[in-house]
Amino acid sequence: MIKKHNKAKAHKFGMVIDLDKCTGCGSCMVACMSENNVPFKENETNKKDSITWMHVYRLTNGKSFPDTEICYIPRPCMHCGGKGDHGHSPCVSVCPATATDYDYTTGIVSQIYTRCFGCRYCMAACPYHARYFNWWDPIWPSGMEKTLSPDVSPRMRGVVEKCSFCFHRYQAAKDTAYFEEREDITEDEYQTACAQACPANAIVFGDLNNSEHEVYKLVKPDPYHGGRPKEPKAFRLLERLGTNPKVYYISEREWVRKAGDNYVKGKEKDHKKHNTE
Amino acid sequence: MSEIEEKIENSSVNDDKVGLAQENIKGDSGLGLGVIFFILAFVVFFLSGWLLFPKLLYSKKQQPFNFNHRLHVQEMGDCESCHSFREDGSFTGIPQIGMCVECHEEQLGDTKDEEIFVTQYVENEKEVPWLIYSRQPDCVFFSHAAHVIGANMDCKTCHGDIGESTISKPYEVNRITGYSRDIWGKNIWGIKKHSWDSMKMDDCAECHLKETQSKGACFQCHK
Repeated sequence: MIKKHNKAKAHKFGMVIDLDKCTGCGSCMVACMSENNVPFKENETNKKDSITWMHVYRLTNGKSFPDTEICYIPRPCMHCGGKGDHGHSPCVSVCPATATDYDYTTGIVSQIYTRCFGCRYCMAACPYHARYFNWWDPIWPSGMEKTLSPDVSPRMRGVVEKCSFCFHRYQAAKDTAYFEEREDITEDEYQTACAQACPANAIVFGDLNNSEHEVYKLVKPDPYHGGRPKEPKAFRLLERLGTNPKVYYISEREWVRKAGDNYVKGKEKDHKKHNTE
Repeated sequence: MSEIEEKIENSSVNDDKVGLAQENIKGDSGLGLGVIFFILAFVVFFLSGWLLFPKLLYSKKQQPFNFNHRLHVQEMGDCESCHSFREDGSFTGIPQIGMCVECHEEQLGDTKDEEIFVTQYVENEKEVPWLIYSRQPDCVFFSHAAHVIGANMDCKTCHGDIGESTISKPYEVNRITGYSRDIWGKNIWGIKKHSWDSMKMDDCAECHLKETQSKGACFQCHK
């Protein structure tokens, strides 16, 4: 029985965000904060100190009216697998305390708050700014501590935190599967809070290894090229770094797709050549 | 005089000095006393460290009243009768008063503990503030379904002979960490004879490594 469960096919949970659908409303950020007991301060004007596991950035094409276009881009943790999904994520490989690790059965990059001692190497290593440091102990407005989720442990001062792809929901779904003596969970049993909260259905979550899941159908990841999407409209942030993120973006607009990576002016063609090699 | 010869001469001088010192000690009874004092002090500090330190480290609390597990297992049949799963696969842990009331609406026996239970909690419809011996730290996710249903493990493997107990032992809490003593285990050195003697992460990892060939990723048991 034990062996059967551990030999189950490995998942690779990932997310696809359709940037043409995203209106920038910020529902995903709110849902994420309340789901994951993310602390906040009375005064959040200094955005460098704010903790936002899911963060919506605003992009423009830099043109003046009437050609101005705006795109909102939600950014959770990318759960990088590194080349070949060997778990050589930027943050995991630098952590001196093994407070963050790569789960080969789910593809999720964990963060263990009790193990973290706050050196913030991972924050420096993360190219997506997805990691946040707790500069203060969380203080909840009186009465609000009763609304905290018991499934997510609150953090303390001096540790790093980040998006966990709502991993506690996977744990709960697994519990149900064990109870009903099923071998695996279904697509709808494990969904992140942001995906469920998105009113435009721009965020889709699922198993990138499962060809029947929506995320797979949307981007068709190519396992022979580090998970790069076969779908031409899809892209990943900073693809050329080889971090192999599990968060894919879709956009019809070329300037948005280009904004996903840094290109030196006039050198786009060279990069394209490099990519296809 | 060569260097070597000088050394030899010096050393012989030193030897003489040592010889003199030894003669002095032979007549000094203070050394014997010193040894005895050293041994005595060692014994005192060793014993206080061994016996007193655990007492200082843990504070003791009594449960609201005694619970007779043996009697209830006899009456109900097994652990699952009271400690059950919810429909979503989560574990109920210690049952709430609603389950107890199914039998204990009125006093069934004549023990003092049951009297406390019925008069203070059942009649006032108040939950019993049990102190949970096996409560894990907040960062731990433990799936009873995975272990009991998935892996067919016995309750005893982790919880020991709690089902045989007739009284509730005092709840001991670590003054520094705030965790129950059952997590570290009774033995202050961490030596265990049975699988249920302690419930630390190392104990989980030990069994996981043996049974699944891997300690598992962090998020398997952390939240």
